[in-house]
Amino acid sequence: MRASLLRNGKVLFGVVVLGFFVLLALFGPMVLSALGLDARANDISAIAAPPSPEHPLGTTQFGQDVLAQVIEGARGSMFVGFLGAAIGTAIAIVVGVPAGYFGGTTGNLLNFVTNIFLVMPVLPLIFVVAGYLQGTGLVMIAIIIGVFGWAGGARTLRAQAMSVRNRDFVQAMRMLGEPHRRLIFVEVLPHLYGWIASMFLGGLIGAVMAEAGLAFLGVSDSSAISWGTMIQAAQQQSAVLRGLWWWFVPPGLCIALVGTAAALINFGVDELANPKLRAASRRVAKRTESVRREAAVAERA
Amino acid sequence: MTMIQERRPDAAAGDAGSDVLLEVRGLTVEYAGPSGAVRACADVSFDLHRGEILGVVGESGSGKSTLITALTRLQRPPAVTTAGRVVYRPREGGPAVDLVTLSPRRLRGLRWTRLSIVLQSAMDALNPVTRLGEQFVDVLRTHDRSLSRAAAWEEARRLLGLVGISADRARSFPHELSGGMRQRATIALALACRPELVVMDEPTTAVDVVMQRQILAQVLRLRREFGFAVVFVTHDLSLLLELADRIAVMYAGRIVELAASREIYRAPLHPYTQGLRDSFPPLHAPVERLEGIPGTPPDLRLLPAGCPFAPRCPHAFDRCRTEQPALVDHGERSVACHLRDPEEVRS
Amino acid sequence: MTALGGAASASATTTTALAEVSARRKPRRRSGVFLLKRLGFYAVAAWSAITLNFVIPRLMPGDPSAAIIDQLERVSGQALAPEALVSIRGLFGDPDQNLVEQYVAYLGQLARFDLGVSISNFPVPVAELVGAGLPWTLLLVGTTTVISFVLGTMLGVAVGWRAGSRFDSIMTPFITFVSSVPYFWIALLALWFFGFVLGWFPLAGGYDPNLAIAFEPSFLLSVMQYGALPALTIVFSAFGGWMLGMRNMTVTTVREDYVLLAQAKGLSPARVRWRYAARNAMLPQFTGFAMALGGVVGGALLTEIVFSYPGIGYLLFSALQKRDYPVMQGVFLLVTLTVLLANLIADSLYVWLDPRVREES
Repeated sequence: MRASLLRNGKVLFGVVVLGFFVLLALFGPMVLSALGLDARANDISAIAAPPSPEHPLGTTQFGQDVLAQVIEGARGSMFVGFLGAAIGTAIAIVVGVPAGYFGGTTGNLLNFVTNIFLVMPVLPLIFVVAGYLQGTGLVMIAIIIGVFGWAGGARTLRAQAMSVRNRDFVQAMRMLGEPHRRLIFVEVLPHLYGWIASMFLGGLIGAVMAEAGLAFLGVSDSSAISWGTMIQAAQQQSAVLRGLWWWFVPPGLCIALVGTAAALINFGVDELANPKLRAASRRVAKRTESVRREAAVAERA
Repeated sequence: MTMIQERRPDAAAGDAGSDVLLEVRGLTVEYAGPSGAVRACADVSFDLHRGEILGVVGESGSGKSTLITALTRLQRPPAVTTAGRVVYRPREGGPAVDLVTLSPRRLRGLRWTRLSIVLQSAMDALNPVTRLGEQFVDVLRTHDRSLSRAAAWEEARRLLGLVGISADRARSFPHELSGGMRQRATIALALACRPELVVMDEPTTAVDVVMQRQILAQVLRLRREFGFAVVFVTHDLSLLLELADRIAVMYAGRIVELAASREIYRAPLHPYTQGLRDSFPPLHAPVERLEGIPGTPPDLRLLPAGCPFAPRCPHAFDRCRTEQPALVDHGERSVACHLRDPEEVRS
Repeated sequence: MTALGGAASASATTTTALAEVSARRKPRRRSGVFLLKRLGFYAVAAWSAITLNFVIPRLMPGDPSAAIIDQLERVSGQALAPEALVSIRGLFGDPDQNLVEQYVAYLGQLARFDLGVSISNFPVPVAELVGAGLPWTLLLVGTTTVISFVLGTMLGVAVGWRAGSRFDSIMTPFITFVSSVPYFWIALLALWFFGFVLGWFPLAGGYDPNLAIAFEPSFLLSVMQYGALPALTIVFSAFGGWMLGMRNMTVTTVREDYVLLAQAKGLSPARVRWRYAARNAMLPQFTGFAMALGGVVGGALLTEIVFSYPGIGYLLFSALQKRDYPVMQGVFLLVTLTVLLANLIADSLYVWLDPRVREES
């Protein structure tokens, strides 16, 4: 299964791109010092300059090198992305699995809370909370994102946990007197790993985008650099009206690439896991075509 | 490849009143698998006569379901028909057509009016968001444009009445009916446009024994009334012994025996058929030890050379492992087994 | 986490929704009971939002009421009228009354649509500001949501039906990319390219500021002109999520027996595709639609900010920047209640679409 996972074009592309950005996030500062770049240094001679050999992605209104900022920003955005996704997934597991496993009053209560969070438009709420919290670090942002974004995952996990719980083998073990905790961790949870992984990837996209969105709206760590803060700074300085496209295009592109990579991985895995989707994949279609071509009979499709 | 001796004089194409409804020759279906094409159906040939009930029996993986989808051209990737022809002769004369190479547009004209299908799980076979009657009305009006909606609904209610479903249920949704009712409804649906052939893919597998009998009785009754032929696919030989005129036994994608059902029961020629027959208890016989067939069905990707049944056959000899037996006629029946080869029988 | 960006894994949303739909197949409920339950849920959710609105300022450090009153008096240059004092204390905390009394007073206040007075736009009442901005947002969000849903769903069926084809293998990753792009970034890009570089569209606002607001052609035309770019960017960014979800649902549905039977019946391909496949594949999309509404609002708000479109998103944003708490909370409350209402409508629509949820015969 793992081999075919990597043979799937979508998954491969996604893993490569995502891996690239993870590496960039991890080793960003080293890359920057190796290249002799500094994301915060102001080059007075090149204010709002378009891309050039000295500044491959141009400079900002403050003379800061955009490429350096993008690399530094990778760390900020990916950090919030992973932490936010981790927090969100963790909460989703803690709420969703017991909701599905236990059912009854506990389950209904947890489900109700989940639905409330699902249905509530989160953004205005975040505003209100963030507005009261003057000044926030990246960790706080990640926490906010995780705390407001777990509901979708919890819902999925609840449905899946319910179906696993109703399977015969779990019922049998209950009758044998297995304690709940053991059942959940040893029997039910392993079946959900796939869903959890997919949820984490989805959460990653969401958190990176959420961070960017929040930064764009001014809810961010003012001293940190992330792709979101870059776009926000660009907007503040009316980059659009001044035609400084190189300031906001690269960070947005990076967000889009990370998002696409994670989505493609999910898509590819979906394809492998779901036989109906697999039968409809390009690879199967091509194989069928070649068999059809070599056939003795021309069946007109 | 196959040496089929025509069992009836070859009827000229366009001969009205020709006995043969469907002429299948060398039908081969392959699945495009990751490590090469797998033959699910290999070189299947038989004749289907008008009004006949032909049973097709086999274990899972025998190719019987693939045969159905190939006959009715309802295949999906990765299944492809790679060889053979399925020649259909219309009842009022007119040219015979090969269903395999027919254009989709003409094929659609034949669908339901000549050839219909009953699927295994009626629960999934009916559109859950459309009323039952509507599912009759759309096919009736598709094939007869002059039919008004009111007339079509009337006909739908009448058809449902044929299988014992009251007219007021026509406006129900599928989920509001019981399992047995749904299955009967799909049978009524299959007869909506008076087809000449109804293909049934394990229609009784998902229902209880009592419902099974009712459905079979209904099929027989309707067949007497309307005169359509039936290809009935199942894994349950005992069912076919009562229902079918002739039975085709399939193994590893091939037909290994084809004979009248009474002959199959009384004197099966192929060791596999013998094994099948001996593996269920007859109702009136004394209680005795049941014989199964040892071993498991073969992996179609790794078929042995020679007869595919040889590894499990109690009577296999050297020739069986090297040479694939062809389906050979012996009077009114055919069998693919070296044991019955006139040469071998003599020696 | 989907609230602030575009669509997160569309497949996950529809798969979840699918699980919900099949779970619903078993307990067949009467539609009346079903809707009543949903209504009850939304009532409780609305109550939670209202209570949250009550609770948050009282949880914050310091005395928000005093701070706000202080700011208002500074801005206006005079002491506040007693009614205004009562109103602010009712919304943000009154140290003299106990919580229960405050809560009751608060509810009464809300019933009179009294959301306080805006700090940054003194002395305009919050309710009035929100009332002015709401139609613009509804116009923008309403039209774009419907358009992207319909467009995405239809394209999804078209692609899903031909799954595995070259068309599909190109479109699907491309659309995945498009829907991974944040709304507001696309908005910036569009604004820059089509507004700044090409000059085809105006750069800010909801209508030509020289025109009076009236239901006449010139004004309406101007509304369309100013709304075109924001709307297009939202649709562009949003329809991808629907398309991908619908594609996967269509692929799954096409392999169902009832579609096979429909083909066996010799029905026209169009009829099979729409009446049998799409009609069923669409159902989980509706459930997903309700879930996504919260995110749709978020995205639309961001777009308003980029285009300086005079809706409540823009209002919220300026309020945030100026720490205008009354406006912020007023917008939060209103947006939440509107989304809940929209969800209720979506649920009712679902009952009509899926007969399995309706009454037993």
